[in-house]
Amino acid sequence: MMYDVIVIGAGVIGANIARELAKYELNIMVLEKNLDVCEGTSKANSGIVHSGYDAKPGSLKAKYNVIGNVLMEDLCKELVVPFKRNGSLVLAFSESESATLKKLLDQGHKNKVKGLAILEKEAIIAKEPNINKNVYQALYAPSGGIVDPFELTLASAEVAFLNDVSFQFGTRVTHIYREDDAFMVVTNRGEYKSRTIVNAAGVFADDINNLISDTKYRILPRKGEYCLFDKQIGDLVTSTIFQLPTKEGKGVLVTPTAEGNLLIGPNSEFVDDKNDTSTSEEGIREVIRRAKQSVDNIPMPFVITAFAGLRATEKNEDFVIGEADDVPGFFNALGIESPGLTAAPAIAIEIAHMVAQKLEAKQSDNYIIKRNKTVHFESLSIKEKQELFLKDKNYGKIICRCELVTLAEILDSIKRPLGAKTVDGVKRRTRAGSGRCQGGFCSPKIVEILAKELGKDLREILKSSEKSTYLIGLDKDLL
Amino acid sequence: MDNRDIVIIGGGPAGLAAAISAYHAGVSDILILERENSLGGILNQCIHNGFGLHKFKEELTGPEYAERYVDQVHELNIEYKLETMVIDITEDKHVIAMNEIEGVIDIKAKTIILAMGCRERPRGALNIPGNRPSGIFTAGTAQKYVNIDGYLPGREVVILGSGDIGLIMARRLTLEGAKVKMVCEILPYSGGLKRNIVQCLDDYDIPLRLSHTITKIHGKERIEAVTVAKVDEFLKPIKETEEYVTCDTLLLSVGLIPENELTRKAGITINPKTQGPIVDSNLETSIPGVYACGNVLHVHDLVDYVSDEASIAGQKAAMFVKNSLISDDKFAVIAGKGVRYTVPSWIIDDSSIAMSIIRFRVDGVYKDHFVTIKLDNEKAYHKQKRILTPGEMEQVMILRKWIDAKPELKTIEILLEED
Repeated sequence: MMYDVIVIGAGVIGANIARELAKYELNIMVLEKNLDVCEGTSKANSGIVHSGYDAKPGSLKAKYNVIGNVLMEDLCKELVVPFKRNGSLVLAFSESESATLKKLLDQGHKNKVKGLAILEKEAIIAKEPNINKNVYQALYAPSGGIVDPFELTLASAEVAFLNDVSFQFGTRVTHIYREDDAFMVVTNRGEYKSRTIVNAAGVFADDINNLISDTKYRILPRKGEYCLFDKQIGDLVTSTIFQLPTKEGKGVLVTPTAEGNLLIGPNSEFVDDKNDTSTSEEGIREVIRRAKQSVDNIPMPFVITAFAGLRATEKNEDFVIGEADDVPGFFNALGIESPGLTAAPAIAIEIAHMVAQKLEAKQSDNYIIKRNKTVHFESLSIKEKQELFLKDKNYGKIICRCELVTLAEILDSIKRPLGAKTVDGVKRRTRAGSGRCQGGFCSPKIVEILAKELGKDLREILKSSEKSTYLIGLDKDLL
Repeated sequence: MDNRDIVIIGGGPAGLAAAISAYHAGVSDILILERENSLGGILNQCIHNGFGLHKFKEELTGPEYAERYVDQVHELNIEYKLETMVIDITEDKHVIAMNEIEGVIDIKAKTIILAMGCRERPRGALNIPGNRPSGIFTAGTAQKYVNIDGYLPGREVVILGSGDIGLIMARRLTLEGAKVKMVCEILPYSGGLKRNIVQCLDDYDIPLRLSHTITKIHGKERIEAVTVAKVDEFLKPIKETEEYVTCDTLLLSVGLIPENELTRKAGITINPKTQGPIVDSNLETSIPGVYACGNVLHVHDLVDYVSDEASIAGQKAAMFVKNSLISDDKFAVIAGKGVRYTVPSWIIDDSSIAMSIIRFRVDGVYKDHFVTIKLDNEKAYHKQKRILTPGEMEQVMILRKWIDAKPELKTIEILLEED
């Protein structure tokens, strides 16, 4: 079978490109090496919708950041994804630091970011009472926001799927070669033939590009570590609090998440291994130390987990967007590090447009815009909860006590289009297990529900990847 | 909306004992709300014996201990709802709950008894560096898999933390055919009961590595190994002592946290030391008519004491319903030198009560120290103990006659003294 487009990678970029491509009359396949969407950088980042003052004027980062910031709100409404324009502050603690704020302000104006202003100490503290009282001035960006990166990726992939985009998971691309007018994409699960390819492989995008193009790229994975806190202190700050950017990036932030937790991080460390998402003692200590420079009273006993993600930093430090010079039909979305999440909707439209032009594809006239209805039970009123229960008794059965996730939501996450097949898959779709007990109580129940729904034994149920089983044997089986 | 005299949140050992004692104190309009599918709470998965030594002078298993209370609840026709999750309690004592049969339930209670128990501290709270593979379980979660579901989480196990559940699971996993390589405890002493160290580790030649911790988790998909290191007196790992220990499973038994999310939502004052509500000797919280008992109040090491404590809560709640509580005046109880916390934090000035129990934990290991009770700086009690450790809850009695002898009494202090 000949596809019109193969998208490599089902992170936030690949999923959004697939969704935008689905607006055209094209036969599309997404290949993903992991067992689910949103398994790479998209699942371990700050979840910030940047306003755009930070990127170098004239760079692709600046361009797609500012457009993406504008597009994000409507897209999140359309896809029913948690999004909030909570505004952001960059803090300066002295007059000399404030000089950098002015530079950021100028840069923001050049990038056409709206609403930027320098706030004085009193205004900052009035806005954010928990901020370090030594603050001098801050750059306020009202267009800054927060988004749930899991939901954004999942929802985009789901809408793509509803529009007949195919997805193959556990499928790793090993070679690409040309055969006549088509590409042959060789994977661990056979060969796929396509007229065009979109490379959205995150930290591995250089490897994919270098399989077929002579214009070589190199991604230097840059690790960032985070601490996530209990929702009980999710309102410690309402804006996203940045420190002055350094050559290593935007620095450690303190922010509420779109799901209502408090998040601090990331630090920045180049690593050799593209699979290394381990946390380190020094890294976490650095994150805490630096976060406390912004908000000095962060209550550490409320940490519920620490994690790390990799930024796909290309050596030229800008996005690479578009068709490879030497390989017609091969399109890159490469080097997508921060502000990549913000830029995703804009990059997706651009790439889809380029591919459609190349293939002279027509716009589809029966594109399905919305995904199937999702329920977030915890956020509903008592009356709404009861109404749902009257329709489906499974809303009366609470599986995850910390996040108040019902059996109905868990079953839906498994049964819906591109449903969950792993415990982490259920967690990202429903939040079950992402609360303060970190799945201590609900993970056995979720393993059981998955086993039942997928017709498997409990020993076959996975956390996320193929070897990540929970249970190894039966009691006394080797005695 | 339903109206009830007493609503008990939680049908574990605390909730059951509170219900029975409230009934015997003359209130029969009682409703127990339990989120799991049977009464008995965590006892149901504690299939080892050793429960009830104090209470029944017998060695019972967890389910047997629970059964004694569940049977009484049935005999007394005390009403309960299973698989019913309380989602909110309000300051004016509405309890909002959900279940599969009725949906949202709104109950106006005259009194509420909090008996929600506790949860285990997860890995995230420890910040153990490394990967996040599968194969890392809290000891209680592993206990559920092994004892209730019949599945073995792994074959080569390292346990971090020497809390009682971890010790119990070291023995259980050994009996089920797994190899438990070691139990690491960051402190120089165990957080568990002495008897569990003997019966669960020593008897099976499982090494207990005191002053050791895990500094790294290895394995991308399933855990493959941990790095174990000795710690110095400031609990900082000593790099040169690092050791790579292969395993397919890591169990965490690193502390229990009272489950007080509902309590906090209701605006009840929490003791930062116990993470449980602050109560007086009637076990009443900062909201009149709301009582707390068991592990939601402070983490106990023996269920026998949970039952005793809960009986008081049940009795006082019944008296609150019947308007027969005598006094609101109270004396502050102060956790003095060497004492991490006390429960209760106040003693009610009620001359009809001959003695009040104060339970406390010490903040370190103390050998041959004296436990002293001072009433406004005057010693009323002074007794030497061979050893005091944070792992074992202590208790003392405050006698009414001491209080009666001091008409100006303001505070009662519990402290440790060297002589």
